[in-house]
Amino acid sequence: MSTSAVIAAAVPRAGFLRRRTRSYRLLTVPALVVVGAVIVFPWLFTLYMSAFDWKIGEAAHFVGLSNYTGLATNQRFIEAIVHTFYFTLLAVVFPLLLGTAAALIFHREFRGRGFLRAIFTLPMMATPVAVALVWTMMFHPQQGVLNYLLSLVGLPPSLWVYSPTWVIPSLVLVEVWHWTPLVMLIVLGGLAALPTEPYESARLDGASEWQLLRFITLPLIMPFIVVAAVIRTIDAVKAFDTIYVISSGGPGTASETINLYLYLQAFAFYNVGNASAVVVVFFGIIVALALLLLHVRERARWAA
Amino acid sequence: MSTLAPSHVTAGIPPTASRPFRARLRRLVRRLGFWFAVAVIVSPAILVFLWMLSLSLKNELENLTYPPVFFPDPPTLANYVHVFSQNSMGLYFRNSLVVSGGATLLALLVGVPAGYGIARLQANRTLVLILIARMTPALSFLIPLFTVFQFLGLNNTLTALVITHLVITVPIVVYVMAGYFETLPRELEEAALIDGGSVWSTLRYVALPLARPGIVVATILAFIFSWNNFVFGAVLAGRATRTLPAAVYNVLTFEQLAWGPLAAAAIVVTLPVLLLTIFIQKEIVAGLTHGGVKGA
Repeated sequence: MSTSAVIAAAVPRAGFLRRRTRSYRLLTVPALVVVGAVIVFPWLFTLYMSAFDWKIGEAAHFVGLSNYTGLATNQRFIEAIVHTFYFTLLAVVFPLLLGTAAALIFHREFRGRGFLRAIFTLPMMATPVAVALVWTMMFHPQQGVLNYLLSLVGLPPSLWVYSPTWVIPSLVLVEVWHWTPLVMLIVLGGLAALPTEPYESARLDGASEWQLLRFITLPLIMPFIVVAAVIRTIDAVKAFDTIYVISSGGPGTASETINLYLYLQAFAFYNVGNASAVVVVFFGIIVALALLLLHVRERARWAA
Repeated sequence: MSTLAPSHVTAGIPPTASRPFRARLRRLVRRLGFWFAVAVIVSPAILVFLWMLSLSLKNELENLTYPPVFFPDPPTLANYVHVFSQNSMGLYFRNSLVVSGGATLLALLVGVPAGYGIARLQANRTLVLILIARMTPALSFLIPLFTVFQFLGLNNTLTALVITHLVITVPIVVYVMAGYFETLPRELEEAALIDGGSVWSTLRYVALPLARPGIVVATILAFIFSWNNFVFGAVLAGRATRTLPAAVYNVLTFEQLAWGPLAAAAIVVTLPVLLLTIFIQKEIVAGLTHGGVKGA
């Protein structure tokens, strides 16, 4: 008796909720259509095309997995993977170190903090191509300002991006300049959420500032640093604009990353089938790296 | 707050003859060290922009002398005049405005309601889709879209560029708006719904007005990242439809132009973005830290 009354009372309410849920879903439909057209469709199309030997303007032949097996023995592609990992490693580690240090600085109260933080974050929003042009001028071995600065501190001039050995570290320098602010902002968000109690009790126990940093602050902000590492890894693997504008993968192929190789295959040689296979492998690498870092994060959480 | 501030380390020490002096000295050294660290961290950011400005205000002679001239003497606007009169900078600027403006408006149109729906449904799986989109290299969207536009005869048109830039703007808008709507209190919306309002009118008259700050941030972030995009314009645009970043790379090359005009062009490209950034500095900081943290 009473249960049926409850059900009877609940039914119109349930219908009401269901109608509401449907309305909420309807609101997402236009965006889903757009995402389907410009994001999901390209994924599926790429996967499909990677099984064909196809140049734009010619007939496509189904070749199964041979685009992939071709990549596995392609010396240039394998070198591109090595370049990408080298670039990524440097372009993740340095922004993480500098960004964390900058966050520790900007976490303190000091005069002009807001203004200086605004300036510090500007590189992140600047148009990469425009900035890359200026860096190209700064890297110039004869007239560039960087060699002049080196000479001021008594160092010999460098060939920067014109040297096969130094081209990747030089490009990383630009990347570090560009993206350290993002790491800083993420870590700063972590610092803002820190509890105060551990510090008070540690101070009472006579802990030094260094010990506070090493044993309290760093472990507590580690999850944020890992998040920054994941985002930075994804972005560094995908880096394109600065490399393309400054060195175009050169000298020779010394700075040709997967993305640069992909660009040449797709839009210089119009090798769509092969390029699609590169995209699939490339995407696999990105996902694997992201999962690896998230796994590290989980492990770190368990250990803590 | 002052977890690292050294100021009260010395506070408990009893005042004797020599100690206050030493303590004060140590504090001074620490403070100098701190400001030195601030200078080291901030100066690269500002110096590159100042150098860019300096290059754009100097004549060619000054730009190529060694050691470099830091302060233009006298400063000249000739490089800016040159870029605008000898090249179609005006056209490229307009193209960029149309593409980024169009892609941002369309993204708001579909993205704001979607963000609301996702926030109220707590459909976090939809957000994962958007995260995967962020992980996908931009070039991989280009191959299929290029092929389709080729088929439709849309290559080299601004329409194709606007559509492609949705790849950038829609995820940003949905992501920022879903996050923002989640922070809004639900009581007012509940009241409107119980009074017989539809979900749509609740969004229109209750949630949207409250979400205006979020919409401003989403708009500006979407616009900036679309404006900064280079590769879509480089591949899909024709001679007359290039966006600014693509034009700066393709048209204004080192073969054709001297450093001064190139630096001037670089400033024209990036200045609007820098001004927008300063304009919503605080919101960007909050939005990106929030978004970034939720990002994984």
